[in-house]
Amino acid sequence: MVIKVITGNEAAAYGARLSRVEIVPAYPITPQTTIVEQIAEFIANGEMHVELMRVESEYAAMGACIGASLMGARTFTATSSQGLAFMHELTHWAAGSRLPIVMGIVNRALAPPWNLWPDQQDALSQRDTGWLSLFCENNQEILDTCIQAYRIAEHPEVLLPMMFSFDGFALSHMAEPVELPTQEKVDAFLPRAVRPPLLDVDDPTTLFSVVAPEQYVELRYWMDKAAYAAKQLILEVDKEFGKTFGRSYGGLLKGYKLKGAKVALLAAGSICGTVREVVDSMRRRGEKVGMIKLRSFRPFPREELRHACEDLKVIGVLDQSCSFGMGGIIFSDAAAALQPLDLRVLDFIAGLGGRDITTRDVWRMFKRCIRAVKQKPARAVEWFV
Amino acid sequence: MNVIKSLKDVPQEEFLLSGHAACAGCGSTLALRLTLKAFGKNTIVTIPASCMSVVQGVFPLSAIKVPVLNIALPATGAVISGIESVLRFRKEKRKIIVLGFGGDGATADIGLQTLSGAFERGHDIVYVCHDNEAYMNTGIQRSSATPYGAWTTTTPIGKYSAGKSHFKKDMPAIFVAHRVPYVATASVAYPLDLIQKLKRAGSIKGPAYVHIHCPCPPGWRFPSNKTIQLARLAVETGMWILYEIENGDPSTLRITVRPPKRKPVKEYLKLQGRFQHLRREEIERIQKLVNEDYKRLGL
Repeated sequence: MVIKVITGNEAAAYGARLSRVEIVPAYPITPQTTIVEQIAEFIANGEMHVELMRVESEYAAMGACIGASLMGARTFTATSSQGLAFMHELTHWAAGSRLPIVMGIVNRALAPPWNLWPDQQDALSQRDTGWLSLFCENNQEILDTCIQAYRIAEHPEVLLPMMFSFDGFALSHMAEPVELPTQEKVDAFLPRAVRPPLLDVDDPTTLFSVVAPEQYVELRYWMDKAAYAAKQLILEVDKEFGKTFGRSYGGLLKGYKLKGAKVALLAAGSICGTVREVVDSMRRRGEKVGMIKLRSFRPFPREELRHACEDLKVIGVLDQSCSFGMGGIIFSDAAAALQPLDLRVLDFIAGLGGRDITTRDVWRMFKRCIRAVKQKPARAVEWFV
Repeated sequence: MNVIKSLKDVPQEEFLLSGHAACAGCGSTLALRLTLKAFGKNTIVTIPASCMSVVQGVFPLSAIKVPVLNIALPATGAVISGIESVLRFRKEKRKIIVLGFGGDGATADIGLQTLSGAFERGHDIVYVCHDNEAYMNTGIQRSSATPYGAWTTTTPIGKYSAGKSHFKKDMPAIFVAHRVPYVATASVAYPLDLIQKLKRAGSIKGPAYVHIHCPCPPGWRFPSNKTIQLARLAVETGMWILYEIENGDPSTLRITVRPPKRKPVKEYLKLQGRFQHLRREEIERIQKLVNEDYKRLGL
């Protein structure tokens, strides 16, 4: 076991290396770049046996991932913001093709105007593609989630691509101690890719030709089933990971000080650390508050969230995204999931384009929630600016 | 590599089966049939959205006997790069032809970026453009490969419009500029020349590009029994010149079919409904352009 002080992007690169990926097509974009640079360095030092394809666009990166994954190869790429948006046609194609591609998303705001700083609009805008979507809180979780992602995505009952997100700069360029598991241990947890090629000259098939509406519906139905099957897998794989490596992340979501709590905040990504700190200080003052860290956005942990919120009176969603005209993107899903409960759901849109979310902001969010226990707020969605 | 001297040298085995869904007289389908014949069993073909997406048949039927990947219109270059990279990474021993087979829109317009990237990176791939000079699958809309003056549904004939007002994009020249190992133009009217070129494209290490001129009866407005005649006239009038060139080196340029006496372009244009509206000065303009092309190639 080795502990190294590395950035989030380096952690993602180590995750890909330890997962023994075979093909990495990638295109540079800030703040993702150092993932690919790190992989290139691994190759230059003879520490990683991989085909790094320096393609001419993110669209091509996803196209090459599709071609490579169809040939049975374990495939990895990473991108941010505009790059992910540019891939969009093919993120649909990758999921519809049922390919277990894994992609690191270094969250960054979308233009215009140009903005390099983090928010979650990029990853959350891929909501309906069929990709499984996890969020990481710290650099250790980035490395560990990358390894877990292949176990989940490649499972025969799932076979869907998976993205894992982490905040640009706040994690991607921030160094902290990360435990690097040994290759032997990872190999035992995640055996090498053995999927047979789907394009085989000895067993020719025609893929993705025109189908009738009935067959199309059936394929979509099975995709939906697979995304639901991933729920159980995310739980089991995280648990098994915990047994093997001594770290786990609560599977789909993780509650913090929910016992006796009347209100809580639902959040995803590195902001969870800030929220946790505010929870602690408010608890010391006798306020009954807690937090739910959302790890899996797709599949969305509907039942699990409901279960976690059973004793709450108010939940606030800390959204670092906006579905314009509706509220934060996670808010819509949370409100739908919690609809059967007698519970008020508030939405706080904050941190867009890297705008700081301070402990004071989080404190105010909790105060809004506490007030809403007794009094219906004027509006459910509030911008924190 | 086999030399194709007569029809007897053309492989017998068919990889595009009868019963496909093409229109009668389809030039592109003939190009696909000959291409698959030339490459044989060990071929993986990737097809972007095109008439060929339909021609191959509707699930669960398929008229193509080799592995087929249907893919989004702009993605061919990227996807075949990925396929080829895996074969290379896993040290595949057999020679497997990783083929992209796209129309002129997928090649000259929406797919140009991924194709250019794939060629620049030097993947061992073959890309065949079956050029029917417009978006035929969506109903005859102009592409950048549509020739000057041609009627299409988006360049109609009217008081303020007289067909396409821009010239055909010279795709083979663009890939010659990439200095890929092999670039060739071909025509369905010259199947021996076509198969010979495909065989070369397949035997060369690195990217190869073959651009096939494919008449389209409904799109060009001519009877379906005139496909070959028209394709041949295009070559005989100099509207389409058959050549091959290696590594982007002009000294390797070889004109593979030389018509003994070049016919006036009018003979080619007058047989097609899409050019019926052309006035004398427009035909003269086209003739002048063809003459210049000939001169440029030293013919």
